[in-house]
Amino acid sequence: MNRRVRLSLFAVAAAGLSAVLVIGMRGLPAFGDYHGVYGRVINGIGVTARHATDLVTALNFDIRAFDTLGEEFILFGSVLGIALILRELRGEHERLEPHEADEHTFAGASEALQVFGLALVAILLAVGAYIVVHGQLTPGGGFQGGVILATGPLAVFLAGRYLRMRAIAPHSIVELGDAAGAAGYVLVGIGGLVFTGVFLKNFLPFGIPGHLLSAGQMDIASVAVGVEVAGAFLVAWSEFLDQAIVVRARQD
Amino acid sequence: MIVLQVAALAGVAVAGGAVALSADPLRQTLVLAVYGMALTMLFFVFQAPDVALSEIVVSSVGLPVMILLALRKVREQRLEREQQAEEEQR
Repeated sequence: MNRRVRLSLFAVAAAGLSAVLVIGMRGLPAFGDYHGVYGRVINGIGVTARHATDLVTALNFDIRAFDTLGEEFILFGSVLGIALILRELRGEHERLEPHEADEHTFAGASEALQVFGLALVAILLAVGAYIVVHGQLTPGGGFQGGVILATGPLAVFLAGRYLRMRAIAPHSIVELGDAAGAAGYVLVGIGGLVFTGVFLKNFLPFGIPGHLLSAGQMDIASVAVGVEVAGAFLVAWSEFLDQAIVVRARQD
Repeated sequence: MIVLQVAALAGVAVAGGAVALSADPLRQTLVLAVYGMALTMLFFVFQAPDVALSEIVVSSVGLPVMILLALRKVREQRLEREQQAEEEQR
């Protein structure tokens, strides 16, 4: 099949697909034209019954907290897979001891980039922590804040200090964070089981809406997810970094 | 509001096409990050700030780091193999 035949086949298929899409999308409701019941119920009870001003977090960490448990363990499991696959290969190749190359320099990292990278660390950690603990008040929460937290040590790497990054975020600590965060979320759920008889049902005081410590279990669940996500991303990145950098350093 | 929405949708369409048309994987990764920014603006304009935050952290940091490091590893293995082939020729 040559290029011309393929292109004409594509043209026919694309025309058909776009016709069907246009017809289908003409029937869609306009943006903001929502008639579902579920959203109205959530809007009604989010602030009054759960004392959370960000309803997405109220959904994620309270009303449908069980779904988040599943999502959290999807991330946990996939990072476990990355660690398992990349670690096996690394055992075959890695020879560099950290003290042999006392400071791996990221080729091309200028002094301006280094200073900027290091200055960014504090900012990223502060923003990440803010997003994690304000999940129930403003957009954001454990997942988004957790990734931002994980980028803190990554900025150290961008500043050209890979081994320093390994020293700041060693494998043992980030793995512990990943596991402890995942376990912490389950413990919040077990707390509900113990005190209310229902898994992941809120058992903490709701507090005053809009305050930092409010909305019951959401804040604690958000912190647990934040620690887990930060650990998970750092584990994944460290495994990739080890593969890309330590193995290369052996050849120099 | 409508103008912003149309602009955001057009941005996603253009950036998405650019990702598909980039041939070099290294460039494609960077264009992918730009596409992520376009999607972030789209979610923000359509009043989904939570999703916008998730999108920005995953597309601008989470994914590119892994792809770039994997590309580096692949290139390195290819160089290694070429070196070996040269040595065998001698």
